[in-house]
Amino acid sequence: MRRSLIRWSLFLLAAAVFSLPLVSWAQLTKADLDSRLKMESHVGNITGHAKDGAADYHRYCEGCHGVRGDGNGEVAQWFDPPNFPKPRDFQLGIFKCRSTPTGTLPTDQDLYDAISRGFDRSGMPIWNTFTKQERVDLVAWVKHFSPRFVSEKPGTAIQIPPEPEVTAERVKAGREVFARVQCWKCHGVTGEANGPSASTLQDDLGRPIAAFNFTEGSRPKCGDTDQDIYRIFMTGLDGTPMPSFADNIKPDEAWDLVFYLRSLMREPSKEKAIAQQLGLKPVDPNAPAPTQ
Amino acid sequence: MRIDTQSRLFRNPLSLRYPLTAALIVVFVILSGSQRANALPAFARKYGLRCSACHESWPQLNNFGLKFRDNGYQLMNDHDAPIWQNPSYWPVTFRITPIWHRLSVNQNVDTYAGGVQTGTNSAIDRISSSGFDLSGLDFHTGGTLEKNISFYVLPSSDPTGAFHFETVMGRLDNLFGSPWLNIKFGRFELNNLLSEKRTLFLTGNGGIYQTYHFIPVGDGNIFGQMGDNQLGLEYVGHSVDDRTRISASLLSSSDGNVNLIMGANSYSEFFTFDQAFDAGKLGVQRLGAYAFVGQAATYYKTSGGVPIPGSGIGNKGFSREGFYGQFYFGPHFDLNVVTQHGQDNAWFGQGYGNPIATNGNGAATCTAAPCPPNNFPGTALPVGAQAPSWNGVTFEARYVYSPQLIFLAVYETERMSQQANGSGYTVGFTGPNGLTGPSASNLGNISNYTIGYRYNPFMTSRAGFAWHNEFNIFHQQGTGPASPISGLSTNLTVSELLLGFDFDF
Ligand code: HEC
Ligand code: HEC
Repeated sequence: MRRSLIRWSLFLLAAAVFSLPLVSWAQLTKADLDSRLKMESHVGNITGHAKDGAADYHRYCEGCHGVRGDGNGEVAQWFDPPNFPKPRDFQLGIFKCRSTPTGTLPTDQDLYDAISRGFDRSGMPIWNTFTKQERVDLVAWVKHFSPRFVSEKPGTAIQIPPEPEVTAERVKAGREVFARVQCWKCHGVTGEANGPSASTLQDDLGRPIAAFNFTEGSRPKCGDTDQDIYRIFMTGLDGTPMPSFADNIKPDEAWDLVFYLRSLMREPSKEKAIAQQLGLKPVDPNAPAPTQ
Repeated sequence: MRIDTQSRLFRNPLSLRYPLTAALIVVFVILSGSQRANALPAFARKYGLRCSACHESWPQLNNFGLKFRDNGYQLMNDHDAPIWQNPSYWPVTFRITPIWHRLSVNQNVDTYAGGVQTGTNSAIDRISSSGFDLSGLDFHTGGTLEKNISFYVLPSSDPTGAFHFETVMGRLDNLFGSPWLNIKFGRFELNNLLSEKRTLFLTGNGGIYQTYHFIPVGDGNIFGQMGDNQLGLEYVGHSVDDRTRISASLLSSSDGNVNLIMGANSYSEFFTFDQAFDAGKLGVQRLGAYAFVGQAATYYKTSGGVPIPGSGIGNKGFSREGFYGQFYFGPHFDLNVVTQHGQDNAWFGQGYGNPIATNGNGAATCTAAPCPPNNFPGTALPVGAQAPSWNGVTFEARYVYSPQLIFLAVYETERMSQQANGSGYTVGFTGPNGLTGPSASNLGNISNYTIGYRYNPFMTSRAGFAWHNEFNIFHQQGTGPASPISGLSTNLTVSELLLGFDFDF
């Protein structure tokens, strides 16, 4: 009896401590937000001002991302993850598409690119109809929702070495990396998003999320160039189970992996042709972990 | 409800021969409400977007909405195919507008004394009527059948509930994965940057762009009306961000009429090009040009004196060309400009071209002789007949106070630069176009003014509702009632005040 009482008190205490930040987000007042209105953003030689993005946000974004940027706009309730991920909660200051290391804030350029690119397989549209200035202003407005952008600096963009020549050796080596760091656990050995963990994946807010299916022909959310794909697994998609592999994969190996991923994708590519020629088989999930 | 009928009636050479009929028709035209546009809560519901994301104020599109449309009603986010929709989702939207309006038009009336008629059309009076009224009903349905294959069908009624198909088309988009290859087939609105079907105005004369429908007085060419939905095939190409857009259409010269009742073999082409520029804080600016060139029949074979539908030959040419400009001055103010230089072949100027005088839905109304002028073999143009030409411009300014409140103003003017009945026309001779002698240089000139506002009390992704208030004055030289003293036509002035609840779901 007493044991359970203590356990309950501890549990409640812990719950209270952990929910403190939640309470402060939930109670974020208009006044708090207004005080952050001086937020600026810088992309290239363009400076954005939060206030100048407000009208466009109200017209274009609010229905999904909410008046307070909490991702709770009028239509958010109709988005059913994993097929329709919920709109991003900007107050958390956690973003999927970053050039910066996992856990850090994205750069203004990252947010600008995300807005211009849109997110495939989600409700987030491609906002390339705005002028550059309008988009940079929107970036500042998006940032003003999160206290993180006041207290922290964005991370430093990771270095991406120049892209090497695609060779059969590199595609084969990429397959080894794919096997070693166990991308297949979520993405499946053929890249069809059917790995053993795939069906139970959840994002940090406890919502179901699907791993990326390489074979469907759809674009990765954070960009489709070789550099983008390099960046995706070397920085991770924060807030999702898609981790950063910066500590497990060396830069040169990372390029090998990019080439192997290309060979899994539906679009014709040099890598795909090489893999076919080599008769590359999907990785074997039961193979003993290779020693390094 | 549908402008095709209205404008066709309005500009029918038959009616313009009789100013009284013309005036009555103007009243009828206005009473029948104005044409409708594409505002689709069905799309908003599908994508979870608010109206304001695609519409500056519905149904008028903004740049994002234009891109969505150009992509074949797709966001291009890999969730466009119907498989991603809830199976119970049905892409249908209806729109109707109960209104109160007050119309005022000058007109010939009979005179009476002591209970006895003393004259027929012997005075001019201003007939003003006001009351509650209805627009017609629009049933918009459209969307993707599969990724990059879409459709749009719009059955539309007049205020009495008589339906026709305003828009019917199938589309193939992004052929070979390229945004430069899109094909549309059916009956659709031409690729006008300033869309008439999406105008924010509702009055009879303010709800259409005069520049898109102008026809010289007595002219028989009804086929050059860019504002009417046309039957044909359209190619559209655009850059990924929709900054550059081109289009070319091949159309039947039928002004959208079905059943092949017009020329036996007459086609028109419509070309557009526009380019948008990034102007920083001001927003995206767009400049473009269009050309509408076509041929239409002037001679219809007859049976017992009545023209045979679909028998038209003796094609003559016409053209309309001009510039577009869309200028944003920040998020609150924008100005749209459309210019036009138009020209019709002299045969059209004399009233040839539309002997069928249809009611707009394929049924021929001229079933008994005499029908409108017909270019029978051996017919000669009257001495002094020349190709009518004119210049026009439309300015539309919008002040967007917020996505929920918009103020609007339009000024249009159409000016004849060459009349069909030139100075060499025989004085006192009444030509086939019903006009006697050389025409005054300003005959048919139009000035059109409209102001209004639309207030949307709420803004969601589910439905649209607007409180609408508008005032229009339409003025045309020499098409009003005949002066009781000189017998000559006076100027026509029509005004309309309208208040309405415009809603769609
Ligand atoms: C129809 C709903 C919708 C609208 C409208 C919308 N978004 Fe989003 N947005 C989303 C969704 C859903 C996501 C999350 C996508 C995901 O996680 O895959 C998102 C994510 C984002 C992100 C996160 C990027 C990252 O790297 O994590 C940003 C920034 C963003 N939106 C900005 C905007 C801006 C700015 C606008 C208005 C111009 C806007 N959104 C309009 C639905 C919307
Ligand atoms: C723990 C499960 C998990 C593992 C392990 C994992 N991923 Fe992912 N990955 C995900 C999830 C979940 C997503 C989808 C995130 C989203 O859509 O927001 C994803 C998305 C991706 C994407 C697409 C990102 C985008 O922008 O849409 C790529 C590329 C990717 N992963 C590569 C890899 C590679 C390479 C590895 C191994 C080095 C790997 N993943 C390991 C879960 C995982």
